[in-house]
Amino acid sequence: MKKAFIIPILITFVVSVGWVNRHHSTNEPWVASTEQESQKIASTEESLIAFNTMMDVVTHQRCMNCHPSDNVPKQGLDSHAHNFGITRANAGNATNCNTCHQKENNAYSGVPGAPEWGLAPHKMRWEGLSRIEIAQSMMNRANNGNRTPDDIMHHLTEHELVLWAWEPGVDAAGNPREKPPVPKADYIAAVKKWISLGAVIPESE
Amino acid sequence: MKLSLNINNRPGTVDVDGDMPLLWVIRDVLDLKGTKFGCGKAACGACTILVDGDAVRSCSYPAKMAEGKQITTIEGLGTSESPHPVQQAWIEEIVPQCGYCQPGFMMATAALLNKHPNPSDDDIDQNIVNVCRCGTYYRMRKAIKKAAQIQAGSTIQS
Repeated sequence: MKKAFIIPILITFVVSVGWVNRHHSTNEPWVASTEQESQKIASTEESLIAFNTMMDVVTHQRCMNCHPSDNVPKQGLDSHAHNFGITRANAGNATNCNTCHQKENNAYSGVPGAPEWGLAPHKMRWEGLSRIEIAQSMMNRANNGNRTPDDIMHHLTEHELVLWAWEPGVDAAGNPREKPPVPKADYIAAVKKWISLGAVIPESE
Repeated sequence: MKLSLNINNRPGTVDVDGDMPLLWVIRDVLDLKGTKFGCGKAACGACTILVDGDAVRSCSYPAKMAEGKQITTIEGLGTSESPHPVQQAWIEEIVPQCGYCQPGFMMATAALLNKHPNPSDDDIDQNIVNVCRCGTYYRMRKAIKKAAQIQAGSTIQS
């Protein structure tokens, strides 16, 4: 009879101690997870700010005009079709981008230029896409030339043709071309921040 | 800035601002007046020359970039005794009216035939985008096709 009483009591004690220990041990992680949650919210906000800063540049005409969806390069802040019927089909032809555009801006003629002047590949078309769709395409290795996020970071922050946007030269009348709405240093910092935080693409704008 | 240039297979040196358009060097320094100044903003094509065989609008091409390259102007395309197939075709089809823009068209056509020895109408539409205020486009199209025939014939003969 004594054993019959003692065993349930022991079981109850062991279970109670276990519960107390577990409850005690989960207190700290619960506190820690709150901090993690706060950090997560903070980095999500940072990422979103960086994303939008980057996209303020990417969606500016200086970039978008050479990422067309219809194979026709665009010109100017009104993104009109390139004069003279120039299309992607001219690439590699006798009359192509480099017939007029050289490796640097030409202040005499007002013709812009930079190394590798030309249209982005058709897979990298951005015209008509939302910021989210642009980012999804940019990070998709099937579309982005099989670039890793690190490759993308280098391309977006170091490539001379990309950075030309902040040195667009003057037009034929000698007027300076408009630059993207974000200073170059801020844009580069934003791209690096966004990539370092996991290149998270927001679910909605 | 001293630049060593090779224009029409003639090497020489000029001392100019390296950013000066090659057109200015050709016309004003070297006195080769065949290449024309039209719009000055790479829009009309009157200043088209060949750089290593490729068509280039020389009004937007800095002289410093011409170093080490083969530059050909209309004066170097052919001679009176031995005209280039494009020049020969232009004569036979009596293409020019006022003639001002024609050197640019002929250089662009020479570049086209380097890439497309037998150009289609689409090839011509895509590549010959110069501007002619006299509207000689119809005769030019015939001349471009004739130039291709002359070039093909001369290639076979040679």
